[in-house]
Amino acid sequence: MLVHTALGRAEQVARHWSMAGCPVVIHVDKAVPRKTYDAFVKALSGVRNIQFSKRYRCEWGTWGIIAASQAASELMLASHPDVRHVYLASGSCLPLRPVEELIDYLATRPKTDFIESATTSDVPWTVGGLDAERFTLRFPVSWKRNRFLFDRFVDFQRRFGLKRKMPNGIVPHMGSQWWCLSRRTLSAILQDPERPTYDRFFKHVWIPDESYFQTLARQYSEHIESRSLTLSKFDFQGKPHIFYDDHLQLLRRSDCFVARKIWPHADRLYQAFLTDAAGAMKKTEPNPGKIDRIFSKAVERRTRGRSGLYMQSRFPNEDWENGVTAAPYSMFQGFAELFEDFEPWLAKATGARVHGHLFASDAVHYADKMSAMNGALSNSAILRDYNTKAFLTNLIWNTRGERQCFQFGPADNQDINWRIAKDPNAQVSVITGAWAVPLFRSNLDFAEIRATAAQLQKYEADHMDIQRSPYTKARVRIWTMAEFIEAPMEPLQGILDEIGRTKLRRLSEAPKMVDLSGFGQFLQNLKNQGMHPYLMGDFPVERGVAATPKTQRRPYLVQ
Amino acid sequence: MPYFLDYYREMGVGHFFFVDNDSTDGSLDYLAEQPDVSVWSTTASYKRARFGMDWLNWLQRKYAHGHWALTVDPDEFLVYPFCDTRPLRALTDWLDASSIKSFSAMLLDMYPKGRLDEQPYQAGDNPIEIASWFDSGNYTISRNYSFANLWIQGGPRARAFFPDQPEKAPALNKVPLVKWDKRYTYVSSTHMLLPRGLNQVYDEWGGEKASGVLLHAKFLDTFGAKAAEELTRSQHYAGSVEYKAYAEQLKDNPQLWCKWSERYINWRQLEILGLMSKGNWA
Repeated sequence: MLVHTALGRAEQVARHWSMAGCPVVIHVDKAVPRKTYDAFVKALSGVRNIQFSKRYRCEWGTWGIIAASQAASELMLASHPDVRHVYLASGSCLPLRPVEELIDYLATRPKTDFIESATTSDVPWTVGGLDAERFTLRFPVSWKRNRFLFDRFVDFQRRFGLKRKMPNGIVPHMGSQWWCLSRRTLSAILQDPERPTYDRFFKHVWIPDESYFQTLARQYSEHIESRSLTLSKFDFQGKPHIFYDDHLQLLRRSDCFVARKIWPHADRLYQAFLTDAAGAMKKTEPNPGKIDRIFSKAVERRTRGRSGLYMQSRFPNEDWENGVTAAPYSMFQGFAELFEDFEPWLAKATGARVHGHLFASDAVHYADKMSAMNGALSNSAILRDYNTKAFLTNLIWNTRGERQCFQFGPADNQDINWRIAKDPNAQVSVITGAWAVPLFRSNLDFAEIRATAAQLQKYEADHMDIQRSPYTKARVRIWTMAEFIEAPMEPLQGILDEIGRTKLRRLSEAPKMVDLSGFGQFLQNLKNQGMHPYLMGDFPVERGVAATPKTQRRPYLVQ
Repeated sequence: MPYFLDYYREMGVGHFFFVDNDSTDGSLDYLAEQPDVSVWSTTASYKRARFGMDWLNWLQRKYAHGHWALTVDPDEFLVYPFCDTRPLRALTDWLDASSIKSFSAMLLDMYPKGRLDEQPYQAGDNPIEIASWFDSGNYTISRNYSFANLWIQGGPRARAFFPDQPEKAPALNKVPLVKWDKRYTYVSSTHMLLPRGLNQVYDEWGGEKASGVLLHAKFLDTFGAKAAEELTRSQHYAGSVEYKAYAEQLKDNPQLWCKWSERYINWRQLEILGLMSKGNWA
């Protein structure tokens, strides 16, 4: 048992092992003050079968831990000839199942060595960007205390190609440092005439506690079971997860012999597993998968996070968001202008929440004219424009689970254009030039119409350049107005199919298009004034007139 | 004050440090009686002590070196992941083990349903039982490049008191829990610290770091009187612009609640809503 802090807990666990008839050898880190050590030894002095081995300084990632394990193992093997398996544990390990069960389990597998041991090329266990280099470089400085110098040494050796060879051609293996080895294997490692060679080599390997026994056991073992009997979960930096009182149920169902690391103040855990071990485990069905899920979710959360969430402890740099927004949404440009009842129609056809112009200059036009939305997101244009990106990401985050659709146009706040274009969740459908329809139907002075049209056309052209840029990740569809009114059903069907939640049968009801008779002439008038509207496509003057009877005949009802 | 002390005692706070700035409500005597409280008393100007920060920084330099120090106002109640099952010591031990030196907890403004003055608050009560509502999803974040911290605004104060000047809405980002070193200093309230590395409480590559929330029980029936008093004292930040806005708004419509307000349940709710995160603490 390797111990360096929380000696009170270590004492409790050592008593527990010893009470079950297992001899215990304890190694106390040399950094523990003499006085504390003496008190600890004294506290355990009356307990049968407990010994203390020679003390080494055990700094993380260095040779000291191996030296300590060797010394303790030698003492154990020498003083207890009847010991068949040696289990390496730490002071923060807690036996979950009754010790008798572990004894029985090992008794039926007398020649098996339980040690996680995988070749370095096959596993991605790296800390500080080092895997195979743990063996080929030298590490004279502490990573914990002098990270800078450590990194410079690594750089230096890489640059000059300094490399070491594995002695005697052994193959490096790595795995959890907590093993359970049979006497045969362990003594073979410790009594090997080549041991000085190996020790000299591993003294300069980084984190040798994850590779020394793991590599050498492969030399001697007849039967390696490559897994640790100790349940130990690691976070994304390779630090062990800690167990607390609220993990009690989880640990009860883990079906493992020993767990680490336990928070020293987790009174309920120590109480439950050390005083009533038999009762602690047997009540529930084992479900070891659940622990895996909880801890791998924690790693996932720390490394990838929740897509589309921007908050105090997750604020990704642009393009590193791992999802700009939380869910797919649809933006429509020109549809509400071209169809009289587009919003209610879309809401009915898809079941989605269909907003008006969310980025309009006067206010946020939420669906049903609401003054605020989920999350108390206000409809104030000033608050929205203060941070348009946050407005969009908040809206999509707050309404997770409900598809959002909204209208957009060149008269709206254009600040948001790049963010939407670069968002793979955005489904953008544009009928270019449709902004002219409200102007065409308005009662404004022609001079005013001309000025507005020129401005809107410029904004929309700029926006379309963005939507067509190579950086765009949104699903973008763009039609000219002329193109769209030629055959509106097909694009509409395509859009609905992509939103998904439509009823399976074909679109039976199309939205009602506004009356466009005279629109061709309207555009011609703009041209005559020197303002060339081109975004709507080719609209001959006559067509506007001819289109009226044709529009009525067009089959909006498709069977 | 009694509720505040009990709340944090139960969490496992070992000792309290207070600065009493000329209080008239008997707080000084009450605090002086407590076994685990040290009080410093001053009649000097809060404003000229850089809104009290000079006082706190000095106390921390002198007494907090090497300790985990939690710096909060008396109306701020810390909520962190697993706070219903794990004491504060579990969090700070984990932060130590993970080599994390500072822990962020954004300010979450809590308010009652109905008028602010409808339900009277009595000393000793849990203020969150009255002010149990909050805004869950209208916060805006931008980076403050000079101090490397995030600047968070929004919530009920932005929408009710600053609808026309959102840039003036108060900052909600806070880093209240720090493994203190005598070389550290808070720069502006607990919003940011020096050295800058301590403000890096957020992940920039998509992941989530662990964080908590400070429930801010400011909007109780006592608020109207406090806002009026603070206006006459004129001791607050930026010419007390905040309190001027409050006084203006509260005259006609002392209500912050709206149909989309969320009712506070527990930390798990806040974590699901995305206001705080467990990070890789499991």
